[in-house]
Amino acid sequence: MGNEEKSLREMPQLLPIEERISTFKEVNLGFTEEQVKKEASRCLQCPKAYCMAGCPANVKIPKFINAIRQGNYKRAIEIICETNSLPAVTGRVCQVEMQCEKACILGRKGIPVSIGLLERFVADIALKRGWKRFACDAFNGKRVAVVGSGPAGLTVAGDLIKLGYEVTVFEALHKPGGVLVYGIPEFRLPKNVVEKEIKTLEDSGVKICTNFCVGKSITLKEIFEEGYDAVFLGIGAGAPVVLDVPGVNLGGIYTANEFLVRTVLMKAYLFPKYDTPIDFGKKVIVIGGGNTAVDSARVAVRMGVEEVKIAYRRSVEDMPARREEILRANEEGVKILQLVNPVRFIGDENNHVIKVELVKNQLTYIDETGRSVPVPIEGSNFYVEGDMVILAIGQKANRVFTQTVPQLKLDKEGYIIVDYEAKTSLERVWAGGDIIRGSATVIQAIGDGKRAAASINKTLMSNNI
Amino acid sequence: MYTIIDKIQLTEGIFKMIIKAPHIAKSWKPGQFVVLMVNEIGERIPLTIVDGNTYEETITLIFQVVGKTTALLASKNVGEQIYSIMGPLGKPSEIKRYGKVALIGGGVGAAEILPQARALKQVGNYVISIVGARSSSKLILVEELKSFCDEVHVCTDDGSYGFKGFVSDALSNLIEEGYRIDYVYAVGPVPMMKAVSKVTFKHKIKTVVSANPIMIDGTGMCGVCRVIVGGEIKFACIDGPDFDAHLLDFDTLESRLKTYIKHERKAFEDFMRCQCHG
Repeated sequence: MGNEEKSLREMPQLLPIEERISTFKEVNLGFTEEQVKKEASRCLQCPKAYCMAGCPANVKIPKFINAIRQGNYKRAIEIICETNSLPAVTGRVCQVEMQCEKACILGRKGIPVSIGLLERFVADIALKRGWKRFACDAFNGKRVAVVGSGPAGLTVAGDLIKLGYEVTVFEALHKPGGVLVYGIPEFRLPKNVVEKEIKTLEDSGVKICTNFCVGKSITLKEIFEEGYDAVFLGIGAGAPVVLDVPGVNLGGIYTANEFLVRTVLMKAYLFPKYDTPIDFGKKVIVIGGGNTAVDSARVAVRMGVEEVKIAYRRSVEDMPARREEILRANEEGVKILQLVNPVRFIGDENNHVIKVELVKNQLTYIDETGRSVPVPIEGSNFYVEGDMVILAIGQKANRVFTQTVPQLKLDKEGYIIVDYEAKTSLERVWAGGDIIRGSATVIQAIGDGKRAAASINKTLMSNNI
Repeated sequence: MYTIIDKIQLTEGIFKMIIKAPHIAKSWKPGQFVVLMVNEIGERIPLTIVDGNTYEETITLIFQVVGKTTALLASKNVGEQIYSIMGPLGKPSEIKRYGKVALIGGGVGAAEILPQARALKQVGNYVISIVGARSSSKLILVEELKSFCDEVHVCTDDGSYGFKGFVSDALSNLIEEGYRIDYVYAVGPVPMMKAVSKVTFKHKIKTVVSANPIMIDGTGMCGVCRVIVGGEIKFACIDGPDFDAHLLDFDTLESRLKTYIKHERKAFEDFMRCQCHG
């Protein structure tokens, strides 16, 4: 009995389903202090910490958990912030089950320590109490420009400001945060949390210039002419893939990017208080199986539509979205149609979508990702009613910046080629995040940012450019 | 911040604003646009850059009040600030020596051909402009266009000034009269651009239009501005806004522009009611 209890981990409080589906309030309420103490006590404090090896941000996990055990939350956040500038964000959106928690030794025999929620707890306390979190060295005379204020760019800014660099972040949109403010919905990542995390960076000296689209408002060449010693490109993947099937330009068909930019960034769900409109239907169909698809479906649920369906070409088990989010979506009433492909969108006399023609897929051989390849079954076509369709089928490289720098080496899909230190083919230019590999996760972008920041520091300090 | 330096009403419902925007003033080219938000809760709308002054660090925008956002913008006065202006966006127009060029501007589109006229004249073209409006009192910028163009033809729907009829008819007449035109650039409401395109297609004249779909970010991220060009999906914000008129699917453009017509009407009516009642 005792052992069993010890192997069970604490479960976070969740917002009741009835409240969830009618508001945008955060669903996962995190741990109470009591739970934090219990959960922290489960950590074995392994001398060889596998969890750390599983963390792209190299957070000193056993050390910060030990500080929590001693009740020293301030010390815990200091330890986290040595390597991670966005703990309140990563504590919420990291795919911990694929990273640190997957590597946790307790997970081999039972259930791993809930590292993500412990991080979130101390990060939230730090934001609430306004503990100054970054110890910054004196100005070292070097200036670095960061292009894009998403997780990769903010990480570079955080790591370099601590080392005494002057850092300016250029952001094309009117608000900083990149995907954290235009992509991930409020109920998974509250925007005031993102704002506070960014404010901490600004308080530490990071300058953020919004409304600057690098390549358009200012060129890379002009940035160097203004005296910057290095540039980091964290511009995101950015361009939505539009399904190439008949009817895709009908009214009521959104790319997930448009849908999320309207709702998450522009707050169209508050129209007419906010000016950006959105045309919510009664029956919503989301095409895709990643986190973006699940996020879009859950936003739609909160708008009080009659039904929300996710149509995915592979099986539910193969959905790339986080298990936890799929579970929450199910609880909130989202239905999943697996093994289907859209063939055609059908509109009414006003060119507004009313129906989707789908075809059933069967699973065939296993591909290099370890998943069965879906192949359409001829003649299995059927129709599903839907007056709003959201295409969440991935992204491709946005060329708005890269086309302005022809010398920059790209792969055949348009992503920036970098070496193991995140260096691009151009002198003094680094890159990271989705623009080097396509859509990935926040924590991967943070990992890239850390690699780039270390390399920028090494280069600028040794060459004395 | 983006301070309004000057504001002039050109005619009923059409305003010219000169706004401080140093980096845009420095780098803009004809055919490019900005995405603007009047205030923090506003929507993002695209507006063509009509002029820029590097020394004063200002840009000129000319817009028609068609909904809440433009009405709100028009209500702002000199000295006040605009929350966000980002640009210059889109590909610049292809400015080169074509020979004899005709620039067609319907309604507020007359403003958008102004920078084209200036640039095309500068590289040695013979520049004709054809502008139209519902009636003489709605005409804008005729004198300004005259200073850059070799010929300015004016049309009104009601015949109160110049040629009675549409700009596309006036263009058609000129061609029938024997004008040899090498290049046409048209900006205005979709039906007008479509009509111009029909005329020039018949006469095999290279024609470019400035597409005006709904936009949000303006940097290729959201995909709302998608248009069909020669059967392929393009994003007007990064692949355009200029497209070959003979390849652009005007019907899809027009139908997608109507997506939020109900919302837009409601927001506009609510706004006007609030204005009236203080």
